Amino acid sequence: MPILSFILKRVIQAGFVLVAVTLFVSFAIRLTGDPAVMMLRESANVTPEDLARIREGLGLNRPFLVQYGDFIGGLLTGELGNSFFRGAIAPLISGALGATLLLALTSLAVSLLISVPLGIYAATHRGSFGDQLVRVLSLAGLSFPNFWLGIMLVLIFSVTLRWLPPSGFTGPQSLIMPAVTIGVILTSTNLRIVRTTMLDVLSSQFIMVARAKGLSQTAVIYKHALRNSSIALVTYLGLQFGSLMGGLVVVELVFNWPGMGTLAIEAIAQRDYPILQTVISILAVLIVAVNLLVDLTYMLLDPRIRLE
Amino acid sequence: MTGFKNFEFVAGLVLIVLIGGAVALSGLLFPDGGRAMDLTARLTAPFTGWNHPLGTDPLGRDILARVVVGGRVSFFVGIVSALGAVVIGTVVGLLAGYYRGPWDMFLMRFADIQLALPFILLAMTVIAIIGPGLDRIIVLMIVAQWVQYARLIRGSVLSLRQAEFVQAAQSYGLPDRKILFGHILPNAMGPLVILATLNVANNILLESSLTFLGLGIDPLVPSWGGMLADGRNYIQTAPWVTIFPGLAIMLTVLGLNLLGDWLRDRLDPLGATK
Repeated sequence: MPILSFILKRVIQAGFVLVAVTLFVSFAIRLTGDPAVMMLRESANVTPEDLARIREGLGLNRPFLVQYGDFIGGLLTGELGNSFFRGAIAPLISGALGATLLLALTSLAVSLLISVPLGIYAATHRGSFGDQLVRVLSLAGLSFPNFWLGIMLVLIFSVTLRWLPPSGFTGPQSLIMPAVTIGVILTSTNLRIVRTTMLDVLSSQFIMVARAKGLSQTAVIYKHALRNSSIALVTYLGLQFGSLMGGLVVVELVFNWPGMGTLAIEAIAQRDYPILQTVISILAVLIVAVNLLVDLTYMLLDPRIRLE
Repeated sequence: MTGFKNFEFVAGLVLIVLIGGAVALSGLLFPDGGRAMDLTARLTAPFTGWNHPLGTDPLGRDILARVVVGGRVSFFVGIVSALGAVVIGTVVGLLAGYYRGPWDMFLMRFADIQLALPFILLAMTVIAIIGPGLDRIIVLMIVAQWVQYARLIRGSVLSLRQAEFVQAAQSYGLPDRKILFGHILPNAMGPLVILATLNVANNILLESSLTFLGLGIDPLVPSWGGMLADGRNYIQTAPWVTIFPGLAIMLTVLGLNLLGDWLRDRLDPLGATK
């Protein structure tokens, strides 16, 4: 398949997925009932005229597809409209999205710093006690509920040792525990990927050639093997991005981190559906975009898969 | 390596038999269902006496009893949702892989969508609308997860369709139904069993996350996620309320993961489920 038509096909697929997800979320949220009634549910003496005025103001008396079109237009232009209870949505989202991405990237860095060296060690010492320890640890890391790990960290580092703030976002030190919590979970899976792909790469012919040339072990591993196994790791990270976002939601709540997850949970509690709809749609856009980007990068990095 | 594999199997089996056995017998062991309140012994520390070996929670309820009884919810949700997803996924995967065409298109596009909407986000949207509950969580998990099985089975069917024994069965004039369920499915079972084991583990984690977020099981029913949510406010004064249910989740999920890993080496040497 020529490159251009492959790219085109993937972009169309991504567009289709986004339309499906946003349509689903918008439609599902319409099923929750009349937003006008929800907004006024705590006020006394509500007249039908009040409700009609609010519907008019929110544009709810227009057909669903028009409202959906408006919502999509808003997503594209950044005009995100108003929430029920907290004013304009755009500033809420931009703050929360920044906090979430900061946390996601820091967690990723934490996880790579642990998983790459350990994975290389396990692969180059295959079958040793250290290798098996790494495997057991990575399995154990997959078995934690991530939020529980977060609570345990709070117990140790905030309650007992009083080294770190238990929650909120008051400075760089606030980032440590949430990032470690998510980083540990990510590390467990990344470790396995690094180990297996390194084992694959280390047994391939170009590594034998590199060794035959008399290159040092360090040069073979870091210059040749690691570079090649990183392609698999990047793809895998792309695929994992969705569950990373899902995990973030819960961990954010534990640490009261002012990100998209906390925003969504607060929106659910207040039944502020415009916020929820926007948060979920933006996260879906991010996930689709990352997956698309990974697919395209992968194709550029590894010419063999173009003809998939 | 074999020593390690045996260790995985034995450790996984011991964990699951011990925890699963205690949970299965919870009705006999703790007839009060972990609900009895001992108001004179609120927030008793663990390992201080035989009445409450793991201590009590803020309402004076026995932590050990609640952990054992709470396991019912986790095991029930984990197993039932995985079974439901296996059944639906298998049927759709068989049809898509064998007949291709519109079934296949539908399946692959659905899989794309599912990839873009992580379970927690889907669950948050839907539960915000229909409200929380045990049955709803199970249905949601089935809806979200059958696709994985369908894709796995579809892959196996695509390669098995060309196998000589399937072509032999076709030339024999066997009906498609018999070929699919009698010849193709048994040969595609290995990866399915592995994925299901790992998914039971994963679903136990998901259920506890949702319940912790207040989007899962009724807070009045003892469950591991619910206990963690209750204990959060007492983390400073009574950390054991949070520690033990978390350990229960971890050991259960670890046991299932160990078994799944062991099964993977036994049943799927080529790594279809990696």
